[in-house]
Amino acid sequence: MFAKLVVNHYEAAAVIIFGIGLSNLLLQRNLIKKIIGLNIMNTSVYLFLAAKGYISGRAAPLLIQDAAGNWINDASVYVNPVPSGLVLTGIVVSLSVTAFALALTLRLYESYATLNIDEALLKMTREQEALEENLLQESDEDVLL
Amino acid sequence: MSVNIFAYNIPFISIFLMMLAAIITPILPNRKRIPEKLSCAVVFVNVILSAYLIYVLTNSGGSLTFNFAMGNFPAPWGNELRAGPLEAILSFAFCVSMLLSLMGNSDSTAEDIPEKRRVIFCVLVNLLTASLLALTYTNDIFTAYVFIEINTIAACAIVAVKESPESIRAALRYMIMSSVGSGLLLIAICLLYDLTGHLSMQNMNLVIKNLIANREYIMPLTVALALATIGLAIKSALYPFASWLPDAHGNSTNVSSAILSGLVLKGHIFLLIKIFVRVFGLEAIHDLRMDNIIFALGIIAMIMGSVNALSQVNVKRMIAWSSVAQVGYIFLGIGLNTNAGIAAACLHIIVHATVKPMLYAAVSGLSSAAGHSKSLHALMGTFYVNRWAGLGLIAGAFSMMGIPAFAGFASKLSLMLASFDSPVMIFSLAALVTSSVLNALYYVPAVIVVLTHDKTKPKVHMNVSMIYKISMGIFIALTIYLGLFCVTLLRLLTRGVIVLG
Repeated sequence: MFAKLVVNHYEAAAVIIFGIGLSNLLLQRNLIKKIIGLNIMNTSVYLFLAAKGYISGRAAPLLIQDAAGNWINDASVYVNPVPSGLVLTGIVVSLSVTAFALALTLRLYESYATLNIDEALLKMTREQEALEENLLQESDEDVLL
Repeated sequence: MSVNIFAYNIPFISIFLMMLAAIITPILPNRKRIPEKLSCAVVFVNVILSAYLIYVLTNSGGSLTFNFAMGNFPAPWGNELRAGPLEAILSFAFCVSMLLSLMGNSDSTAEDIPEKRRVIFCVLVNLLTASLLALTYTNDIFTAYVFIEINTIAACAIVAVKESPESIRAALRYMIMSSVGSGLLLIAICLLYDLTGHLSMQNMNLVIKNLIANREYIMPLTVALALATIGLAIKSALYPFASWLPDAHGNSTNVSSAILSGLVLKGHIFLLIKIFVRVFGLEAIHDLRMDNIIFALGIIAMIMGSVNALSQVNVKRMIAWSSVAQVGYIFLGIGLNTNAGIAAACLHIIVHATVKPMLYAAVSGLSSAAGHSKSLHALMGTFYVNRWAGLGLIAGAFSMMGIPAFAGFASKLSLMLASFDSPVMIFSLAALVTSSVLNALYYVPAVIVVLTHDKTKPKVHMNVSMIYKISMGIFIALTIYLGLFCVTLLRLLTRGVIVLG
């Protein structure tokens, strides 16, 4: 069990970081901290993928020349290029999600002056109650008149 | 390939057309509702294309399916799309539902979204349709992840497009839950890639079959499957993970609610079906015991969705909670883990994609007749103001309750028939009956309220636009058609599920 953890220490670390990010995303009350959690979560996936793609002792997946100056076409010389491609795609995706989430957070702050989503709900219900009370008072006044 | 070159290119063309429409929408003149007309036109073209694809696939006589290689690069290097009867039928249903949602709610869209922002709304709708079609057709699991994220952003943005503080809050909540879901799916995809060394679905399937036959890596496979299932269950609002749905669907503008309930949830469910059938295979799902979990969650969702709907006074929130119950039906069908069960689940996807947008369009018509109030009491007597909307609500309610000759009856019947072969038959039948009774408990009062004359109110007259009448008429006709003539469709869906594996 532990021997496997040591062999796969990058992956184990990635999964632990993923857990940290996920719990931040779910449990933090502050929206900015939630979004930071989201980014930690995504970054752990990049670590996981990079660790999976790396094969020790091999070159980066760009064509290299041997001593005689010939291009080496043999795939067994290079590391796996697919995970790097996936990481790049993942970075683009998480960038756009983060930007959009931050934009929404800004709008929430403009409307409620808080970064806490539960507090925003509370404020909204209070406002509604106050509105309803006002309406009731007005109708009472109508009756008195 | 057994199909002609035009049909071969349809999966790509339909996704590409929607993306192209999204790109050129912002440069169009923003008057006389031109952007919306363009969206409707492109979706209509897609309806015709997918109808033609269904025709070609069923009459090809050959293998019924084909893989479309992007740029003619074969599978491990290039990206692949796959088209079979199931994909073609579902994309047809999605496009029809999208078109009718846009048409049927166009009046309330004009009221809720200022003209300046309607361009952005149309861009989002086009992107959403493109991502749905891509989720339906893709054969590559990482491409599916990318389009899920596009889908998430577009879906959250069409919730927030109404610009009221509540809708922003609902969109943020939806965004957070969606991010959790896609994060879990992403790590599951990475684990699967790690275990199989492939991203294309049929290659993954071959390796997973070997691994399971040799009893190797069972634990990591179970974890990956569980993470993918939970991730997609959060995104498709399976009950314990559905807390975000009533907020997001109840607070957005009507067309957004219709699209979210009818289509966005379904795209994720179909991806889950693909992962179950195509990546793992039904035997592996049974081996890893995921079918029982899905089945149990489906039953809980069917009951709890309806129980929560009972206590709502806002009609839109009531219909939103009813969506949670309907998603439960679909997961029940998937949980049966047979070809018949999954075909019945697909039929329910189509039925719900027709009926739920119809209900939202009906409620939008009725509530504008009642002075834009969303509470159930305010709708009293509105049937006599807007009869088309009233008819839509009645047909939708009958379908949800499972009255024969309406769409819901057909899918419930096929779910029941599919569960007869299953060892858990008694639970599934009990849940289907209980849930139908619960549905009746909140839809019948709504129908009665709408049909009751309100003598205290002055008589109102309302001009119902032609486009609303047409789309409502098509909605009702489709509901009755699905209720009466679903046998051919179900047979085709079953064949589609068989060739999907």
